[in-house]
Amino acid sequence: MATYNLKINGQRKEVEADADTPLLWVLRDHLNLVGTKFGCGIAQCGACTVQVDGEAVRSCSLPVSSIEDKSVVTIEGLSENGDHPVQKAWIEHDVPQCGYCQAGQIMNAAALLDNNPSPSDQEIDSAMNGNICRCGTYIRIKAAIKTASTY
Amino acid sequence: MTLINTNFDRRSFIKVSTLSSGGMLLGFSWLASCKPDQLANLPKEWFDINGFLKIADNGLITIMSPNPEIGQNVKTAMPMIVAEELDVSWDQVIVEQAGFDHQKFTRQVAGGSQSIRQGWESLRMAGATARRMLIEAAAKQWNVPVADVTTSEGTISHGDKSIGYGEIASAAATMPVPEQVELKDQKDFKIIGTPRKNVDGPKIVSGEPLFGIDTQREGMLIAMIEHPPAFGMKLKSIDASEAKAMPGIHDVITITTIPEGKEKQWSDTNAFNELVAVIGSSTWQVMKAKKALKLSWEHESPPESTSDHVKGMYDLLGEKQKEASRKDGNPKKAFKKATKVIEQTYSAPFLAHNTLEPMNFFADVKDDHAELIGPIQTPEFMSKTASAVLGMSEEKISIMMTRMGGGFGRRLYGHFGIEAAVISQKVKAPIKLIYSREDDMTQGTYRPTYKVTYRAALDENNNLTGFHVKGVGVHGSPVFANRFPAGAVENYLVENYSLDSNISTGAWRAPRSNFIAGAEQSFLDEVAEAAGKDPIEFRLDLFDRAIKEPVGEDNDYDAKRYAGVLKLVREKSNWGQETPGVYRGVSAYYCHNSYVAQVVDIVMKNNQPKVQKIWCAIDCGIVVNPEGALNQVEGGMVDGIGHAMYSAMTFKNGQPEQNNFDNYRLIRHKEAPVEIETHFVNNGIDPTGLGEPSLPPVIGALANALAKATGKRLYDQPFVGQAIELG
Repeated sequence: MATYNLKINGQRKEVEADADTPLLWVLRDHLNLVGTKFGCGIAQCGACTVQVDGEAVRSCSLPVSSIEDKSVVTIEGLSENGDHPVQKAWIEHDVPQCGYCQAGQIMNAAALLDNNPSPSDQEIDSAMNGNICRCGTYIRIKAAIKTASTY
Repeated sequence: MTLINTNFDRRSFIKVSTLSSGGMLLGFSWLASCKPDQLANLPKEWFDINGFLKIADNGLITIMSPNPEIGQNVKTAMPMIVAEELDVSWDQVIVEQAGFDHQKFTRQVAGGSQSIRQGWESLRMAGATARRMLIEAAAKQWNVPVADVTTSEGTISHGDKSIGYGEIASAAATMPVPEQVELKDQKDFKIIGTPRKNVDGPKIVSGEPLFGIDTQREGMLIAMIEHPPAFGMKLKSIDASEAKAMPGIHDVITITTIPEGKEKQWSDTNAFNELVAVIGSSTWQVMKAKKALKLSWEHESPPESTSDHVKGMYDLLGEKQKEASRKDGNPKKAFKKATKVIEQTYSAPFLAHNTLEPMNFFADVKDDHAELIGPIQTPEFMSKTASAVLGMSEEKISIMMTRMGGGFGRRLYGHFGIEAAVISQKVKAPIKLIYSREDDMTQGTYRPTYKVTYRAALDENNNLTGFHVKGVGVHGSPVFANRFPAGAVENYLVENYSLDSNISTGAWRAPRSNFIAGAEQSFLDEVAEAAGKDPIEFRLDLFDRAIKEPVGEDNDYDAKRYAGVLKLVREKSNWGQETPGVYRGVSAYYCHNSYVAQVVDIVMKNNQPKVQKIWCAIDCGIVVNPEGALNQVEGGMVDGIGHAMYSAMTFKNGQPEQNNFDNYRLIRHKEAPVEIETHFVNNGIDPTGLGEPSLPPVIGALANALAKATGKRLYDQPFVGQAIELG
C-alpha cells in the first residue's frame, strides 16, 4: 500500500492503494467514480477509456503508480452539465441502447476530435476500433461524432 | 374509441385510496431524473393513482416502467403507452424503474421480445383508468356530466372551466376504480408513434450510476468467484491460506448455489453449482487473491471437445428417420420423382452472450430480510429461487432491477444473484459479486451449437415439390416444424434431434432462429438459383401458395404479412437494379410475431467484403417509439452480422478455448455496415416483437450476398477465414 496524490477531473485526490492497482479500480472502488466501466480487464473492449493528459487510454491496464504527475479526465469530468459537444451529439442521435460502453466511446471520441476536429470515416473507424459496442450502435456513434465535429 | 373492461380486480388496480398513503417522500433517484425546469417547481405532494403512475400536486407525472431494461428501450416505450392514454404531454412525465412487485405488476420479464406486446393492453388500461378517475373527480367537483368533460395534455376542461391533473389528483385518488374505460383511437395518438429519446440518455452520457455493477453501499464488500476450469469438473480440494493472508481479504469460502435436493427452475440453469468465493475490501485485492488460491479439481463427467459435438451431431443427422416432427404429403415419393435434388448442411458454433457489463449482483441478506439489487431479466423467478435457497419467505426479499449493460438472454439465468445472496448470508455482510470477463465467458449459458441438413426436390418445371429438413443441436434442435416453408410445399418433412452435453446452454437473442433463419434463407437462395428463378420471385411464389392453398393446418405465420415485407424491401432497395461491384443478397424471416425482410449490399475493398448498405422492412404492428425501434432493428442486424462473421466458442477437454475479447472476436467499428435503411409496415395491428426479429434473417442475406461476391457459398459459421480471406 502506498499513498498517491492524483489529479482527477481537475481536483487533487489522495488514494491509498497497491502500486499495481489499475486506475479503473481506483476510480470505481476508491473514488466512487463509477462512470468508467469494467468490461474486459485487458484493454480489449474500451469500456474503461479515460483521458490521461488528453490522450484516450484504457484505465483497466494502467497502474495507479504511473499516473501521479498526470491529469486524468473521466466521463464525470468531461463537462460540468453533460453538455460537451460529444455528449450533446450522443443525445441528438439517441445513440445508446444498453449504454454500458458509451462512456468509453464518448471519452475516446472526445479525444479523437481534440486531435482531429474533422475526421474522415476511415479515421473514425481507426480511432474507435478499440471500443466494442455489444448492442451494435456503431452507425449512430459515427454519425454522432460527425455531428459533434460541426458544433 | 374502444371500450375495454378494466378487470379492476387485477392486483395492479387495487387502489391506494387515501390521501395519507397517496402522499410520498421523494427520493434522490427521482430528483436525478428531473429536468432543470421541473426542479425549479418541485411538488409538495404526490398521489398514487394506480401501480403504474402517480400525479403530483403541480401536474408532474411519474410513470413506472415495470419491466427490466436491457437496452431494448422499454423504459422509454412502456411509459409512453401509459402517458398516451393518460393524455398528458411527454414533457410532464418522469420515468422511474419499478422494482420487482408481483402485487402491482404482471410479467416483469425482459425476454422473447414480449414486453410491449404483452404489456400493451395493461399499460393502456393503466393510463386510461387514471384519466377516467381524474375526469370523474373534476365532473363531480363541477357538478357536470362526465361525458361532457374533455382532457388534453394534462388539463381537464368543461366549457370555460379547466383544471390541471395535479390540482384534482387528490380527489381523483379517492374515486372508485371504473369498471370500463375508453381507449383512444389510433388516429388520436399524440405520443405513440412519435420518436422519443431514451429517458436515460442524459444519465448514460454523463456516466451517472445506473448499472448493477455501479451499486455502492456503506460497509459493502466485494466478492468474486472461482469456478472449475472445464465443464464436467468439480472442486476437489482448496488451499486458501495464502489468499486469506493477503491485504484486504476478509474470507475465502465455498458455496453451493442450489442446495442438493432443491428443485431447479429453468431460470436456475448454471454451469457450476459449487464455487469458491473470495471476499475482500476492493476489487483489485480480490482479483489478486483469486490468483493465489491453490485449487484442485476432479472430473465428475467425461470432458467434451468441439470435435465431439461435431461428430455427435453429424452422427445424429446420419441416422434413419425415427420420428417426424411434421410430415405433409409423401416426401419420399417427391424426392424419388424429382428432376433435381439440392442438399446442403449448415452449422454454427456455441456462442457466449458477452454482455459488456459482466454478471454481478448486490446482496444484503439479514436474518429477517434480504435486499437484492442488480441486472436480472427474470426477477420473479429469482425471487422464488432466493426464497428457497435462503429459507426466507418471498415477502422478506426485495429485488431491484438495475439498468443492464446488455442482456441478450444471459440474464434470464440469475444464478449470479443467488450466488451473491448465498455469499452475503454466509459472511453476514452486504456484498457485491462481480465476475471477471474470464469468469463470465467461461461459464456461460451458451447459445448451443447447431447443424441442419436441407434437401429440396424440384420437378421438371423447376417447381419445389419436396422439402426435407433435419436439424440437430446441443440440448435441442433449432428447427421450428410449423414455420415457413411448411405450408408452402406439398411434400414436407421435418426431423428434430438433440445431442446431450454437460455444457450449459440457454436462450441467446432470438433462440434457435438466430441459426435456422440464416441456414434456411441461404438454402432457399441456392434452390432458387438451381430453379433458375429470381430469389424474391421464388419466395413470393411459395408465399402465394401458402396464401391460396396452404398445406396443413398448423402453419405458424401469416403468409400475406410475410410476402408484404418482402415486396416492400424489393421496392425500397430497387431490387433487380444491378450496380457493378455491388453484390446483393436477400432474406425474409418470421419470429417473435414479427415479419422481417432484408437486402444486404456488399462491396469488396482490398479483397475484404464490406457491408455497404442494408434495407430492412419490418412488420411488427404499431411502432410505439420509432426512434428506439430503429436503433433496436439496426443493432439486431449488426449483432447478427457480427456473430455470423466472427464469433465462436469452442471447447477442448471441457475447457472453453476463448475467455476474453483477445480470442473471442466481436464485430467492431471497422466491420460495421456503413448504412442501414429501415421501413416499418404501417398497418395499425397491435405491437409485436422488435428486440430480436431483425437479427436472424440478416445472416441469410449476408451469406447470399457473400456468395454473389465470392462465387462460393458458405455453410459453416463463423464465415471469417473461409472461401476468401475474410477479416
